[in-house]
Amino acid sequence: MSVRRSTVIFAWILLLPAVLYVTVIVAYPLVDTFILSFTDASLKKTTKWVGTANYDKIFNATFAEVILRTFVWTAFSVAIKMIIGTFGAVMLNAAVPGRSLFRVLTMPPWIVPMAIGIFMWGWMYNGQFGMISGMLQNWGLADGPVAFLAHGSTAFWATIITDVWIGVPLVTLYMLASMQAIPQDLYEAAWTDGAGRFYRFRRITLPLLVPSMITMSMLSLIATFNSFDIIWILTQGGPNGDTTTMIIDTYRTAIGSKKYGEGAARAVLICIFLSIFCIAYFRVTHRLASGESR
Amino acid sequence: MSQPAMINRYRWYELVGIYAGIFVFLSFILSPFVEGFLVSLKPLGLLFSSPYRFWPEDGSFEAYRTMWVSVPGFARYIFNSFFISTIVTAVVLVLVVPSAYAFARFKFRGSGALLAAFLAVNMFSGAVLLIPLFRLMRSLGVLNTYFAMIVPGVAFLIPSGIWLLRTYMMRIPRELDEAAFVDGASHFYTLRRVILPIAMPGITVVAITTFIGSYAQQFIFALTFNSKTEYMPLPIGLYAYFGRQEVIWNELMAASFVGIAPAVILIFLMQRYLVAGLTAGAVKQ
Repeated sequence: MSVRRSTVIFAWILLLPAVLYVTVIVAYPLVDTFILSFTDASLKKTTKWVGTANYDKIFNATFAEVILRTFVWTAFSVAIKMIIGTFGAVMLNAAVPGRSLFRVLTMPPWIVPMAIGIFMWGWMYNGQFGMISGMLQNWGLADGPVAFLAHGSTAFWATIITDVWIGVPLVTLYMLASMQAIPQDLYEAAWTDGAGRFYRFRRITLPLLVPSMITMSMLSLIATFNSFDIIWILTQGGPNGDTTTMIIDTYRTAIGSKKYGEGAARAVLICIFLSIFCIAYFRVTHRLASGESR
Repeated sequence: MSQPAMINRYRWYELVGIYAGIFVFLSFILSPFVEGFLVSLKPLGLLFSSPYRFWPEDGSFEAYRTMWVSVPGFARYIFNSFFISTIVTAVVLVLVVPSAYAFARFKFRGSGALLAAFLAVNMFSGAVLLIPLFRLMRSLGVLNTYFAMIVPGVAFLIPSGIWLLRTYMMRIPRELDEAAFVDGASHFYTLRRVILPIAMPGITVVAITTFIGSYAQQFIFALTFNSKTEYMPLPIGLYAYFGRQEVIWNELMAASFVGIAPAVILIFLMQRYLVAGLTAGAVKQ
């Protein structure tokens, strides 16, 4: 009994520094955000309790639009990431000469500092001299320069494509690893029975990839919902707010306009959404894990 | 010929299809880098010429020489980035190694919930906590210092580090530390002399991923907590430059390539370990 107790104490000693750190830097600020959201905190010295006034203010048509846009933006980004990433994984899983080089070449968007990759996209989208606009004109697909970031609809898609680009390598590597974890004898058995390549892919690979796809989509959903750098660097939420997601809106309100209370109310709302995603993620992965062991 | 090799033999049209697929996929991944690199080689006149030209006729590495002067403080940004990431990595390792060991080996009341709580931290971005963190840093009087960029950065890199290293440590046979413990070694001695040496490859992967992660996240905290040029990390330094009226694009691209070169080389050297380490946790769960 005393050995067990000393073990538990030792475990807690090991955990204590990390627990304290995360409590001070993450848990306390979370609580503080919640408290701030009920005050009129700003640059002023005094802070007054204002009840739910901040929340009343954010529930208007403009903010409903921001919420809706955030979900549409996230949904498209995650869906496209999953499709392109899985496609890449399938291609890179083929046993062809050069595949280890190709695998390395998928990594740059993920390992390069995000901001620098985004600068490169900023130039690609440049209306006057950027590559995409230039190519479209050279091929006769556009009459004049196309300033992708200057118009709402194109800017919306431009930020999504950049987000997809940054997220694809992780999806590809993850799906690739999942594919390689599929026991080879399944394929061999099917092959002996005369199953063709496409049949084996459809009947073995795809069904066994579904749990990984769900897990990856959930993780991707959370990361995408939180995406800040891409939109901020490319458009700062513009033009006319057409790329303003909840994160961007919160940043603008809190740090840009120094309305900490109003910003905090927005942050609390984001936290609520994120918590829902988190719980769903834990539920799903838990169910998948217990399903596999059965 | 062995059976798997025969399964994997492709017909010519399958090969064409696969290579075409890989080409399309990698084109999407690499086009910004190719275009960025070509821009860094082009003289400004060619860059702003119409119609658009893809290949840099009479291209040169001139921009790589001139950008050291026209991006003021470039060398300093690189130093700052490396400095911040090095400290962040060191602090993360100090916090993560004991925690990962505790989670890998000891089950006690609340340990599962605590692990889940750490993982949940991963899901909240820094942007959500910026307001209180900003107020905290301001009241501590550490805005515009390295401290304000390092401290929050660490918190968001702890969870993935714990997750990765815990998975790695769980694969170390339990008998090893139990034998040492039975021989009378203390828990602490066992961790230091038995587990740490064996876990070194795993710790290395955590160190590398933390370093990359820190390098990559050097945007929002630096954007919010620091406005002094001398403390700016590379992404923010270039962003400040990017935001000016007249952007000298070929020099910006040259600076970007110089800035990312050390990290990219490091990672390409380590990529085997990296992929193995990153996917181990993901697949094994």
